[in-house]
Amino acid sequence: MTAMTEAGTAAGLRESAPQPRAGVPARGRWDWLGAVPFLAFVIIFMLAPVSYLIIGAFQTPKGAFTLGNIADLASPNIAASYWLSIRLSLASALIGTVTGLMLAWAVVLGGLPGWVRSAVTTFSGVASNFAGVPLAFAFIATLGRIGLVTVILRKVFHINLYATGFSLFSFWGLALTYLYFQMPLMLLVITPALEGLKREWEEAAASLGASRLQYWRFVGAPVLAPSVLGCFLLLFANAFGTLATVIALTGSNFSVVPILLFQQIRGNVLYNPNLGYALAVGMIAIMIVTNTAYLVLRTRAERWQK
Amino acid sequence: MTRRFPILPTLIVLAGAAYFLVPLYAAFQFSLQMKRGELSFEAYRSVFESSTFLSTLTFSTVASAAAIFFGAVLVVPTAYWVRLKLPKLRPVVEFLSLLPLIIPPVVLVFGHIRLFGSNSILPLTMSSWGTNILLVIGYVVLSMPYMFRAVDNGMASIDIATLTEAAESLGASRLRTIIDVIFPNVRSAIVSGAFLTFSISLGEFVLASLLNRPAFGPYMVQLGQDYAYQPAALAIMSFALTWILMALMQMAATRKPGQRLFRPSRSLAASKSQ
Amino acid sequence: MSFLTISALRKSFGANTVVKEFDLGVQKGEFISLLGPSGCGKTTVLRMVAGFETPSAGRIHIDGQDVTALRPNQRNIGMVFQAYALFPNLSVAENVAFGLRAARVPKPQIAARVAEMLELIGLPDLGGRYPFQLSGGQQQRIALARALAVQPRVLLLDEPLSALDAKIRVSLRTEIREIQRRLGITTIFVTHDQEEALSMSDRVVVMNGGIAEQVGAPFEIYNQPATRFVAGFVGTLNTLQATVADAQTGTLSLDGQHVRLGRALKVPAGSAVSVALRPEAVRLGRAEGLDVVLKARIDEVNFLGSVIRIRADMGVGKVSLDTFNRADAPPPPVGSEAEVSFAARDAIVLDH
Repeated sequence: MTAMTEAGTAAGLRESAPQPRAGVPARGRWDWLGAVPFLAFVIIFMLAPVSYLIIGAFQTPKGAFTLGNIADLASPNIAASYWLSIRLSLASALIGTVTGLMLAWAVVLGGLPGWVRSAVTTFSGVASNFAGVPLAFAFIATLGRIGLVTVILRKVFHINLYATGFSLFSFWGLALTYLYFQMPLMLLVITPALEGLKREWEEAAASLGASRLQYWRFVGAPVLAPSVLGCFLLLFANAFGTLATVIALTGSNFSVVPILLFQQIRGNVLYNPNLGYALAVGMIAIMIVTNTAYLVLRTRAERWQK
Repeated sequence: MTRRFPILPTLIVLAGAAYFLVPLYAAFQFSLQMKRGELSFEAYRSVFESSTFLSTLTFSTVASAAAIFFGAVLVVPTAYWVRLKLPKLRPVVEFLSLLPLIIPPVVLVFGHIRLFGSNSILPLTMSSWGTNILLVIGYVVLSMPYMFRAVDNGMASIDIATLTEAAESLGASRLRTIIDVIFPNVRSAIVSGAFLTFSISLGEFVLASLLNRPAFGPYMVQLGQDYAYQPAALAIMSFALTWILMALMQMAATRKPGQRLFRPSRSLAASKSQ
Repeated sequence: MSFLTISALRKSFGANTVVKEFDLGVQKGEFISLLGPSGCGKTTVLRMVAGFETPSAGRIHIDGQDVTALRPNQRNIGMVFQAYALFPNLSVAENVAFGLRAARVPKPQIAARVAEMLELIGLPDLGGRYPFQLSGGQQQRIALARALAVQPRVLLLDEPLSALDAKIRVSLRTEIREIQRRLGITTIFVTHDQEEALSMSDRVVVMNGGIAEQVGAPFEIYNQPATRFVAGFVGTLNTLQATVADAQTGTLSLDGQHVRLGRALKVPAGSAVSVALRPEAVRLGRAEGLDVVLKARIDEVNFLGSVIRIRADMGVGKVSLDTFNRADAPPPPVGSEAEVSFAARDAIVLDH
């Protein structure tokens, strides 16, 4: 459910020059009032709830300051949740980055006809938004116990998928399902970077006697690296926050952090609301770190794309 | 260099196409198998006959529409005013509008439930209507990054400051300027933001479930636990709906000013307008 | 035998043939320009020499070696692109070192060569900078240094100046030519700017529609254009309508006057021809040695400073002519009648 960061921001970020307001100093005095509704909304419904959770994370149920909740995040079952979430997000982001990059390379630089590219790009726009419950259903029909692919593998190739240890409702099943929105997202966010690889660079390298491999090693890969790493972090964050797909697939048996928090809100399974706050703060912290790193890397990459 | 046939790219695209299309085909195939031994649209019929399906879909549609309306009312004037009068505030507003991308929905709703719960000064969750409002507010927050960016880019592309000055120099009032000049020019941006909002909130599960609303997302999850074939039918319908929404958004986003969303031909529309 | 020989080169993209039967021999150390409008095939010829395009037919030899089938990275050529094409992730020094690094030249030698090249282009202190920190002119000079660092057999310049500001364009033009002379490197320069081609080159190849219309020194190209296209594309041209009175003696009939060119014509008597005149060959009023005098009406007077450009209508055609500004002689008023003269030997006869 995240198709963030299109190339569109570039235009949006362009600073409109401050309006020269000659004379009449009194006129602008109340201009700030126009921003009040928006700021009020943001403060009341975004900043205040999050602040409430952050403050609560450092308090005991009685209201005294403590670092205990944060420390309790290291308790075995919570730490296991975080570790599971991080591993799942890493795996899904890694697979998504590699496959999305390959697909993007194939359609942008692979010399295929133009309609292939527009078809893949349009489909990716849809697929990156096709997450949550329906996605889970489609995968159950494909790789569930009586899913189409499972059945075909068993009947035609005599491979019993579920006997090999694979399950759609386990780690790798989830990673494979996430790929359905991760790969298109990767394709969409990395395409501008691939387009930024100028054909002249490859030609200049060739005219200087470099092989294709040398071109990719010394120029292509280093130029792409910050973008790819940035997109990887974006995919990581995207997977880390995913909840509806997991619930629809596993019915909250698969205790990644969002599931743990979901159960905590539902039934207070941790017997300590403040520990729930700490759980939420931990999620936000991970999102902030990955998104900030993504933005930093993107700025760095854009410097080269000029 | 002679262009040889691109073998590797072709293979990659074929593999990608297989990965993307097989689940859709499988879901479609599965959805037709409700009646033993024959292919039928029984699963679809059974979904449509369910009164819960209709009531939850209606609920979510109304909630999404409300979110679009309040999102637009909040974002459009702000984006306009900030561009026109408070350019120094623009980076701040833009940053705030992007914040929901780093606040996971489950965290947001957790904060809402705690802050607007029973002993709060604004106890929204204590009444059914209050909870509905909180749900819509949640959707406004979730879609804010997309809405704001769509509208702000729309305004960037038409240089609203100059347009406003031009309108005012011709004697138009501020309100007239907004209604007759600004709004028509950013309408397609708003429409494209609206479709995204709709696609985010229609099947949304986390907020609706934790606020205990009779919405479409929780209904789908419940259906998935109780039935086998209907969920596949729902997946196909959702996918089709996502396609339609994205197509409409594309059309809205690439539309030129003055061009209708749907229109038989240029000459026909031109002759009508004269 | 020329150092670089292009023979019967042809390139088709599908049904579209962009280069037709192109022949050219370039001497060692020569500076040759391919001049022509966009789409004339000049860049395609250059890219075939570089190896980025495979010819549909024909051969390319460099220093006696047939390179037609070689890949670009086996040809030992240097290329400079219109859009600089510096590697953005590498510093200036690393960019210049790129070709040497690819060839696995030992590090100390690379460093020495890089320093030498940066010295050559007059930017010895910029080695640590990155391309995005440089101006366009600096970037293009770095690109030149990078191409020269590998000591290429041939230097190929693909419109290297067209992305730059007018002022830098002119100064870099001189600089490139000077470096080329100093190194004595065989160079092909592609441009659509006739001033660049004429001012820099030993010889100019004027191309149109995929063929070489004329090959010659700038002086020849300008003063004796072989075809109507060359005459029109290089420099400003005035054309007058005339008929051939006597082919043998080279006499034309122009506005009732007989004009003796003093050289035989290939077209038979009675056929219509165009007579072309450079603006600087035409004078306002009479002057010694200018044997053809025609009546004209002044249509337009443009005061350009040191030069005044006048357009005059002579009935058989309109001419532009330049006169130097003199404080004591104001230009004629628009609409007035005047006499215009030129020397018959300056007239260029264009076939139809």
